Amino acid sequence: MQTVKMVITGPFSSGKTEFIRSISEIEVVSTEREISTEAEKRQKDATTVAMDFGRITVDDDLVLYLFGTPGQRRFDFMWEILAEGMLGFVVMVDSAKPETFREAKSILETFRAYAPTPYVVAANKQDHPDAWAADDLRIALRIEDGVKLLPCIAKDKESVKNVLLELLYSILEEMEG
Amino acid sequence: MPIQGNIRNFSTTQLLNLINLARKTGTLTFFEGVRTGEKDAMGEEKMAPGKPRAKVSFNTGKLTYAALDNQDGNLISVLNKAGKLTDEQARIIRERAKNTADKALALLLMNANYVSQSDIVSSIQQHTLDVIYNLLTWAEGPFRFDDGIMPTNDRIQVPIDLENVIIEGSRRIREAEKLNEYLPNLDFALKFPENPKEKFKGIHLSVEEWRVVSFVNPKNSIRQIAKANNMSDIEIRRIVYGLEQAGLVELVKPPGMETTTRPGRPAAARAPQVQKNVVNKLIDKIKSI
Ligand SMILES: Nc1nc2c(ncn2[C@@H]2O[C@H](COP(=O)(O)OP(=O)(O)OP(=O)(O)O)[C@@H](O)[C@H]2O)c(=O)[nH]1
Ligand SMILES: [Mg+2]
Repeated sequence: MQTVKMVITGPFSSGKTEFIRSISEIEVVSTEREISTEAEKRQKDATTVAMDFGRITVDDDLVLYLFGTPGQRRFDFMWEILAEGMLGFVVMVDSAKPETFREAKSILETFRAYAPTPYVVAANKQDHPDAWAADDLRIALRIEDGVKLLPCIAKDKESVKNVLLELLYSILEEMEG
Repeated sequence: MPIQGNIRNFSTTQLLNLINLARKTGTLTFFEGVRTGEKDAMGEEKMAPGKPRAKVSFNTGKLTYAALDNQDGNLISVLNKAGKLTDEQARIIRERAKNTADKALALLLMNANYVSQSDIVSSIQQHTLDVIYNLLTWAEGPFRFDDGIMPTNDRIQVPIDLENVIIEGSRRIREAEKLNEYLPNLDFALKFPENPKEKFKGIHLSVEEWRVVSFVNPKNSIRQIAKANNMSDIEIRRIVYGLEQAGLVELVKPPGMETTTRPGRPAAARAPQVQKNVVNKLIDKIKSI
């Protein structure tokens, strides 16, 4: 049996766990932990400490695993291990939190250096009233024209499907190119 | 959808770039930050927008107007600052032309041969650029871009291409960053090299450089020297850089500081060997979910 994996990365609280949860066939094996520091606690109650883990079974011979990276930088020693052998990756950005854009870009660059695989950027939380439009985010994050930047609402399965499909199309294109 | 945030996270140069590339029309307002006691997503204190500090307007990606809130930016002051009107002329015109809008005033001044149209255009342009370069140095504070909002019609707007502004702004910021990199720690002290007399022979120092040199002593940190001379961090860095490059001073590490080694760059992970039909299968599967 062949397993392939994709990595879902992005800053703290950008929606990685939500994204995987929306599409995974198994209850996401999430290593969420109550938040320890006061600052982060104000953002949300649980954070992913090791990784999220979702699965999509294609058939008896093929399984796709989705790995979510822990968003907090103090776990970034895990990233390289997760990046090993990935088919591609998604960078989730919380479009309503411009203070995280720089971090998102830095995570993007880090993963790009790990492996020359295709990736897409998901402008998440587009349902949020403060969300920056995807076009503005492209310029803000200085995403090259050839890289897809997709509006996303991680709670919405169709939206998550679209992001994964666009990533797969990019992977296919690269194989054909 | 609004473009708002804090320039500590999304710099003014980046904003100008965004406005230029997206050919936006509207007004960018910078605010004083009001502390909220809450943390943002990066763990820094959230700042709510307080009093406006500056307004900058754009028309289809061109800079057309910029004003600081604490600065009188009316036409008379702008022409006076640019040397096109003397203080005396400015005072008299101000008295006579009270409540005259800038556009009407410009016509009056040109008809009375005080100034030419090109005087007015170049002075306003210079003023706008001064404001922009000033606010490019701001490191912190909330901002908001309002689509389609423009300044009142009586203001004279001179369109300026943003490309050059961005290049010059980035140059200034890059210089600041480079200097920061060169001298991240202002707790370093300075000392003279072995044979200072030789080195200083024939060298012309500026007043500022002399002021720094007069404080050179391993007991004085660079921070203290800056403070004593009322210099900003960037000014002192620039001067120390010049002096050190010329071999006139040497940096002295503060006691107790170890050299840190950077971890090596990780080796690139292996790319997977996957067949096209596998990707196609994945596509079909996800479509069907
Ligand atoms: N409105 C809105 N909220 C979202 C969306 N996606 C995620 N959220 C919310 O954002 C918060 C963070 O989402 P998570 O999925 O936990 O984010 P994460 O990236 O896994 O966070 P860490 O594991 O802590 O790094 C949660 O409260 C989610 O419900 C979205 O598309 N729209
Ligand atoms: Mg998570």
